[in-house]
Amino acid sequence: MTTAKIDARPAAPVPVWTRLLRDPRLPIVVTAALLVVMYAYGSYRYSFDQQVPANLLINNSYLIVAAVGATFVILTGGIDLSIGSLVGFSTVLTGLLVTKNHVPVGLAAVVVLVAGALGGLLMGCMIQYFRVPPFIATLAGLFLFRGLSLMLSKESIPINDKTVASIAQFHISLPGGAFLSVGATVALVVVALAVFVLHYTRFGRQVYAIGGNEQSALLMGLPVARTKIAVYALSGFCSALSGLVFVLYIQSGDPRAAIGMELDAIAAVVIGGTLLTGGFGYVLGSLLGVLVIGLIKTIISDEGTLSSWWIKIGTGALLLLFILLQRTVTARGTRTTR
Amino acid sequence: MTALARIRQRDWRSLTRQQLFWPLLILVALLLFNLPFTPNFFSIGVRNGHLYGSLVSILYFGTVPILVALGMTLVIATGGIDLSVGAVMAISGAIACRLISHAADQNSVSLVLEAMGLALLASLAAGLFNGLMVARAGVQPIVATLILMVAGRGIAQLITSGFILTELSKPYGVLGGYAATVPTGVFIVIGFVAVAAVLTRRTALGLLVESVGGNAEASRLAGVRAQRIKVMVYLFCALCAGVAGLWNSSSLGGADANNAGLWIELDAILAVVIGGTPLTGGRFSISGTVVGALILQTLKTTIFTIGIPAQANMVFEAVVVIIICLLQSTDFRRRVARLLRPGAARGRPVGPVGPDGPTAPDQRPAQAAVSPESVEIPS
Repeated sequence: MTTAKIDARPAAPVPVWTRLLRDPRLPIVVTAALLVVMYAYGSYRYSFDQQVPANLLINNSYLIVAAVGATFVILTGGIDLSIGSLVGFSTVLTGLLVTKNHVPVGLAAVVVLVAGALGGLLMGCMIQYFRVPPFIATLAGLFLFRGLSLMLSKESIPINDKTVASIAQFHISLPGGAFLSVGATVALVVVALAVFVLHYTRFGRQVYAIGGNEQSALLMGLPVARTKIAVYALSGFCSALSGLVFVLYIQSGDPRAAIGMELDAIAAVVIGGTLLTGGFGYVLGSLLGVLVIGLIKTIISDEGTLSSWWIKIGTGALLLLFILLQRTVTARGTRTTR
Repeated sequence: MTALARIRQRDWRSLTRQQLFWPLLILVALLLFNLPFTPNFFSIGVRNGHLYGSLVSILYFGTVPILVALGMTLVIATGGIDLSVGAVMAISGAIACRLISHAADQNSVSLVLEAMGLALLASLAAGLFNGLMVARAGVQPIVATLILMVAGRGIAQLITSGFILTELSKPYGVLGGYAATVPTGVFIVIGFVAVAAVLTRRTALGLLVESVGGNAEASRLAGVRAQRIKVMVYLFCALCAGVAGLWNSSSLGGADANNAGLWIELDAILAVVIGGTPLTGGRFSISGTVVGALILQTLKTTIFTIGIPAQANMVFEAVVVIIICLLQSTDFRRRVARLLRPGAARGRPVGPVGPDGPTAPDQRPAQAAVSPESVEIPS
């Protein structure tokens, strides 16, 4: 970026590599590069076949959908801790509607999505109108929805519906013998839609503007209240959709499903290069973040000799690596935002 | 309006603006709420040589939330947050229990002291990591502490090899038990709260913490060693979490790396906010935090004693938390006041109370301006 200069001296030319280093998109490029390196290592060591990348999408489809919602919220400078609870609540609600009340699957899905969006809307109203910090408001949401799902059903509800089973088993074949599940396709569509909304619509620009500086956005006349509430409603909607994808994955409604998933989603968003202070980041980065976390899990489970806690330590170490990398790479280019 | 009524109204208003007024009111209301359900709620007796009763059990189980929330208060006062406290609790308990359970003589006092010392050293190392990440590397606090929150529980499981380690050490059991009929935790809490209160309110340290939280760069330019202060608060927070982890494993008689201190960071942050410390930093209240943690613990005891079915626990807790947050929100109170007395409440801006009063970016700058009324209130 160049700034208007008053004095007549010509500005010193900025070397190309400095400009490259200062590009705020660099962390995402680094994430993508590391993903490629990790994948290359994995395929060299465990001889991955072409289904592995497809499985990476299939096994993490619900997390991708949730991370997209989290990206919108984090872009406005907020945070959503209710994701995991809302996912669990959605699976239980789907299970109850389909198996106990025999509601058609399509209608049940619509009800679940509306419930999720309404839940997000309520939290957004608390945050916007009553100035409850997002951390606290969505924390209350975390308790509320987990509690509601436990109230609806103490036990996991198996879903034996034919329609659900056929959707869950439906495969979309890809060239090369690999295939995608319905959930993975939904996740990819959600990512594509989110990219479109964030970069090509007025709403997307408002999201970035609010994250950059809420006061300025307000003084510019942007509908801050409406946009902020919409963002939390959108995140609630994404969590509910993630819950539906999760139902396809586990074919039951489990009140204890997806406990702590919000942390995975937030970690994915951070690894994807989005600033938690808001105003900068890309949905595609979050997608890469989810894939990186998924790849760690794949490699650790392929290793076989490593215990499950190494997944946690590995995710933490990787988070550390990415953050330090992003810091050193972008330290001089961007302002230090705290 | 007569002069007397005006004075009374002003007294009432300055009372409601005291930082501790709303949290204390909520705590008393919650305690009184128990009376119709449990008539002997306030009675305290002696059984097996130690005190018992609902109030005692609130204090007993309040040890962990108060300790962790105390450390969290100072971190939040510098504008930070520490999500890793639960993991630090798990690590500290795991180290102590591993050392004690593998020893030949579990009842040796020197062994117990050594185990506790090592566990606290490990906690301090975790705090140092958090502090350096935030202060030196300049990583956002949520992200910096998220690393240990994720990895720390894995490390704790690594230490316990995935098992629940049990220990039968008598001297270690005193920590989470009773000393001179009173829960030992009460003494620990009083000690930590007293030290923190004296250090922050009788020396300049508290002021420095608040100045760093208000504006780290400005306070650095003013000669405050902002980085050092930040590292110190993360160290203190981890130490509190480490002691809480020791207490927890001692009272359970073992270390469970999966569940020790699970979600305690959320409880602690909630307690801090209920106590009137804003998440934006720059201001803190230790007494408020203690009251906030007691409110949460009383709420949990209440849920248990009035016999709400287990499944409804979380919903009840969530509803109460939402009500508490709304009661503390100045905007909510202003809106309710406007609804109740249309006309009367106009042009009477609410003073700087509540967690988010003056620091949150207000969208109505004209109304948020300091009014002459709020100036005369001693803070």
